[in-house]
Amino acid sequence: MFESLLLVLLIGAIAWAGASMGLASLFGVVLPYAAVVVFIAGLAWRMMYWAKSPVPFAIPTTGGQEESLDFIKQDKLDCPSTKWGVFWRMVLEVLLFRSLFRNTYAEVRENDPISKGPRSIYYSSKWLWCFSLLFHYCFLLVFIRHFRFFMDPVPSCITFVESIDGIMQIGSPRFFMTGGILLAAILFLLGRRIFNQRLRYISLVNDYFPLWLILGVVVSGICLRYFDKTEIAQVKIFIMGLTHFAPVSAEHLNAMFIVHLTLVCTLLLYFPFSKLVHMPGIFFSPTRNLPNNTRRVRHVNPWNPPKQFFTYAEYEDAYRDAMADAGLPLEKQPEKAAE
Amino acid sequence: MAKLPTPQMLVASRPNFPDEPWIDTKPEFTPGSYCYPAKKETMELMHMPHPHEWDPAAEDWNLPENWEKILCDAFDDRLARHRSLKLFMDICVRCGACADKCHFFLGTNDPKNMPVLRAELLRSLYRRDYTMLGKLLGKRVGARGWDKEVVKELFSYAYQCTECRRCSLFCPYGIDTAEITAIVRELLHEVGLGTHWIMDPVKNCSFTGNHLGIQPHSFVEIVEMLADDCETITGIRPKTPFNEKGHEILFITPSGDVFADPGIYTFMGYLLLFHELDLDYTFSTYSSEGGNFGSFTSFNMAKKLNAKMYAEAERLGAKWILGGECGHMWRVINQYMDTYNGPSPSHMITPKSPITGTVFKNAASTKMVHIAEFTADLIYHNKLKLDPSRNDHIVTTFHDSCNPARAMGLLDEPRYVLKHVCNNFVEMPENTIREQTFCCGSGSGLNTEEIMELRMRAGMPRGNALRYVQQKHGVNHMACVCAIDRATLTPLANYWAPGVTVSGLHELVGNALVMKGESKRTMDLRQEDLPNVTDDEAEGEE
Repeated sequence: MFESLLLVLLIGAIAWAGASMGLASLFGVVLPYAAVVVFIAGLAWRMMYWAKSPVPFAIPTTGGQEESLDFIKQDKLDCPSTKWGVFWRMVLEVLLFRSLFRNTYAEVRENDPISKGPRSIYYSSKWLWCFSLLFHYCFLLVFIRHFRFFMDPVPSCITFVESIDGIMQIGSPRFFMTGGILLAAILFLLGRRIFNQRLRYISLVNDYFPLWLILGVVVSGICLRYFDKTEIAQVKIFIMGLTHFAPVSAEHLNAMFIVHLTLVCTLLLYFPFSKLVHMPGIFFSPTRNLPNNTRRVRHVNPWNPPKQFFTYAEYEDAYRDAMADAGLPLEKQPEKAAE
Repeated sequence: MAKLPTPQMLVASRPNFPDEPWIDTKPEFTPGSYCYPAKKETMELMHMPHPHEWDPAAEDWNLPENWEKILCDAFDDRLARHRSLKLFMDICVRCGACADKCHFFLGTNDPKNMPVLRAELLRSLYRRDYTMLGKLLGKRVGARGWDKEVVKELFSYAYQCTECRRCSLFCPYGIDTAEITAIVRELLHEVGLGTHWIMDPVKNCSFTGNHLGIQPHSFVEIVEMLADDCETITGIRPKTPFNEKGHEILFITPSGDVFADPGIYTFMGYLLLFHELDLDYTFSTYSSEGGNFGSFTSFNMAKKLNAKMYAEAERLGAKWILGGECGHMWRVINQYMDTYNGPSPSHMITPKSPITGTVFKNAASTKMVHIAEFTADLIYHNKLKLDPSRNDHIVTTFHDSCNPARAMGLLDEPRYVLKHVCNNFVEMPENTIREQTFCCGSGSGLNTEEIMELRMRAGMPRGNALRYVQQKHGVNHMACVCAIDRATLTPLANYWAPGVTVSGLHELVGNALVMKGESKRTMDLRQEDLPNVTDDEAEGEE
């Protein structure tokens, strides 16, 4: 779990060293372009890779009452039978993490006074849901806030987001709540991997690395804003140069900024080849994105093999005499079949 | 069968996680931990690839020489065929939300029974061959190659999963372990590894139409005997139409209900109900198995067995098919049948209840209606005369079967029926019912005697929930809509909540159904005395 932390620190150190050694343009210009290209192409490739395989069967997981008789109320959100229903199910899933919201924690007791024996109790457990939601939304807001570096003039909606984010009016520069919450949420997600026995057992480097990496991005970002303050105007000129494909020199930029940028680029490079592809992946999930209408509408399997089965004719041939004795109707009477 | 530990001992004996990482632990095959292998002749008869003799407890499983290539190619083929597989290999973040949702994990505390790790067994192989980082870094990033121990591990854990899909409900990306398990089982069958308890019924269903291999004349005889029992109880002998052409409805139910106690009482319930309605229907001996054991083997085997339903409906000229109470049968019918073997024969029509006129638009394409939908509709339209007090000797709860719950959404129809035929109905705790229902622990071909302790472990969450309502609310009965449940919940109840009986829904319907011209009922369908017979008598004399 800590080797991936070392890896993140190493990447940061290389970026720092690179910036000090006059390689800022490599880390500030070449790397971002490469990372963005790999990120976009990688994700596109990944989605095409998925899309190349068909969805042979419609297998929605039904999370509620099906559409059936008029007097039985369908659960249209958790068991949709129309495309619109699926749309809303996906909205809940993607924007509010509906499935994770169901999470429970199971406790198994050997002796319970009510059951007079073993009993399992399932407690509602919303921590993971809560911190995942905070993590993803704060990350999104932080990302949106960064558009003030990419756009000139800064659109009013971004200024608005910033003003809300800093509404607590703590410190100077103003403390952005999203940054703080994002940090707390990452520490929670890391903490449960490290301290929860089950999670520790299933966790791989592939799970720790993105968390340490994002932690690195957030911490370096917070440093840039509050501690090792960077010259915002220069950064903006530099980034506008990148976005307009007319890069300006990165030599004069703060080394911490190069570290921050390098870690972000690492995240972009890593993204398409890791579990982080759950972001586009959720939209492809056949247990969520299909309506439960498979008795009403036929789902077609492009590789459906030809039918091969033990036919009635073969069956009657095998059991004709016994069937005749039992008085069962037959296609061919025994005497006819014998001919 | 080895003696089982007491429930308390079973709960207490769940081991801690091993110290070494899962990738280094090896599966153990001790008696009771595995299902018996399929017979070579059975596999040959069903044209399965590489049939061979093997013993799970032996060191060498006699895999075909080029087993690794076969498995790698088969895996590649499945990835190309199933988007779900690619996706589920790629997007799991190992958040762990699925872990304690699995009844096998709760009952065994074996980390590889956490759905995430069950999938990780396959995902680790995927990583080595299909991801850049896995190719470069190997075990450091959780990638590993195939070896014979891995094959054994896949076998062990693919048969410690009942494909119940409870984990997929809680997974934030809807990763469905049933899909993974089904595909792993397919891969294992490619190198000739199957289990006896699944392959034997597959063979029987294919050749005789039912899973025990009963020949047509004997099958009819057994049903006649059940009709005789109906007569003993009600004074009315229901008709038993078989293989007759020209009826409106073909009725197909799991054949277990013809052979096995307590399923037979559910079957008698059907006979009485259809007779009372004077329903224009027929059974078929050829297509007499609603359940689909092929679905525990491979998609193609499921298709092969399922094909008989439409073929028989076509031959008999039935306009639509009514399906009995069964779990995985309805997974196949609701999510696979039309895709496998549709479109339905052209003469078939959208099912319409001949009694109420209700058109089952939700079955417009498959032309197949669930009996709980059919009966709920009858009750709603007041077409049945019911005396629920005949079920007053029971306080019942309802077990949602995994597949109708999470692959169909059949939740309120059976409850609607149950509430009209029973006066005393109590739900189990909310996290154990409806879409969150816990499996009986023996579904998907695992209800075999040799793994009884494992089954009781997997049935622990269901058993505990049942015991809770038994002790708290005096529940003494559990109704269900699944033939495998009827076979498996009985030992489960005997173990976890002794004193609770198990029945299908339509057994209770049969008890409560007041038939035209019936003799006074003194017995329920099990020929046990009804509790309030004297009350009935008093009413009768008025």
